[in-house]
Amino acid sequence: MAETSAGGLFRCTWAVVRKDLAAEWRSRELLGAMLVFALLVILVFNFTLQLDLPTRAAATPGVLWVTFAFAGTLGLNRSWAVERERGAWEGLLLAPVDRSAIYLGKTLGSLIFMGILEALVLPIYSALYNINLFQPGLLIVVLLGSVSYISLGTLLAALAIQTRARDVLLPILLFPVVLPVLISAVNASSGFLAAAPMDQIWPWLNLLVACDIIFPTAGSLLFEYVVE
Amino acid sequence: MIRDRESRGRLALAGAAVSLLAAALGMVFWYAPREAVMGEVQRLFYFHVSSAWVAMLSFVVAAVSGGLYLARREPTWDLVGISAVEIGVVFGLIAIGSGSIWARPVWNTWWTWDPRLVTTSVMELVYAAYLLLRQGLEEPEQRARFGAVYAIAGVLTVPMTFLSIRLLRSIHPVLIGSGESGTLGGFAMTPRMLETFLVSLLAFTVLYGALLVYRVHLAVRGRGLEERRSALFMD
Repeated sequence: MAETSAGGLFRCTWAVVRKDLAAEWRSRELLGAMLVFALLVILVFNFTLQLDLPTRAAATPGVLWVTFAFAGTLGLNRSWAVERERGAWEGLLLAPVDRSAIYLGKTLGSLIFMGILEALVLPIYSALYNINLFQPGLLIVVLLGSVSYISLGTLLAALAIQTRARDVLLPILLFPVVLPVLISAVNASSGFLAAAPMDQIWPWLNLLVACDIIFPTAGSLLFEYVVE
Repeated sequence: MIRDRESRGRLALAGAAVSLLAAALGMVFWYAPREAVMGEVQRLFYFHVSSAWVAMLSFVVAAVSGGLYLARREPTWDLVGISAVEIGVVFGLIAIGSGSIWARPVWNTWWTWDPRLVTTSVMELVYAAYLLLRQGLEEPEQRARFGAVYAIAGVLTVPMTFLSIRLLRSIHPVLIGSGESGTLGGFAMTPRMLETFLVSLLAFTVLYGALLVYRVHLAVRGRGLEERRSALFMD
């Protein structure tokens, strides 16, 4: 009998999250790869953009979010690839749970990994460029943006991993549709870093919150069609 | 073969499209007046906006037929979806291309990052991603299902992209390109221009309908052929 009660949904979601966290804790491959990749992206930006100090401060939100977006795709791909490699895919789908529990569990797991990555990248970036990124406003934007990005990414990664092109397809599918999140996140971050008045930042925060509501909802509704 | 009612219906639609297009073309060159500031290049406007309209309409058609496929699982809905995407990509390219040609003499640039241009490009990229997604799948059922999911994801997010960029433009001043980021070139339409525009819009919509109907017909025949071929090889 499928677990459809709210408590059951929560338990199943949490079981999926625990599984992913435990697997990652044992190998720590993913976080290491994501962190190194993120640092490399920051390095590449530093040398290719060659910005002077004031321009660099203005470019910080953009560089940060591009870094998160690219490193994020690594995590998203891995999240599903791991299931397929070890044959856990069939096991997961045969389990008598609501499919949205699997989706939510995977999303939450990827969100935690992304959060760990961000917790590592932000202090490193702050130190490298002498900018204080630990402002509450900025941290909130990072959280809101990550939720939308990961929820949309988890759905589309599940699509991509089942094609012939596998991982390669995820950025192509994800980036055009995740643009409103990136635009809003960059502008809201920029506003907080420049200490802009709140009434300039509110529209971006509202857009982010709207995305945070629409994308996970759409994701959980559409997910069952992806994994039939 | 002009045998059954369906073929005759399709042909009638095609005939209507051709005549309306001819009428629109005539009106664009001989009925519509010469615009005061921009001159003859402004005549691109009629077909440019009509193409953009068809591209966006097709985007919505693809998403709606995707939703209908997921709900009903009838293969025809998926064929409507892929047809809509194919036609939409082409009209989108026409819109972007004609817009660029118009922009060069008027704005002195081939491109500007204003909300409509960005949204149209993003829509084209979503279209392209849709086609790549389908290409990477072998099972027709999977292709249909995944295409439907992605088309729905696209139709939800592209308007949000438009909103976010419009918000961006309202807060930050436009640095390059025309000062008015909203209207294309910003001219007031005289009654003759409006009539020409409406006829062009109608002509392109009927053309879209005709192309869609023919493309879906082609897809249905193609699928029938594939089924018969696989049945042959089964034995």
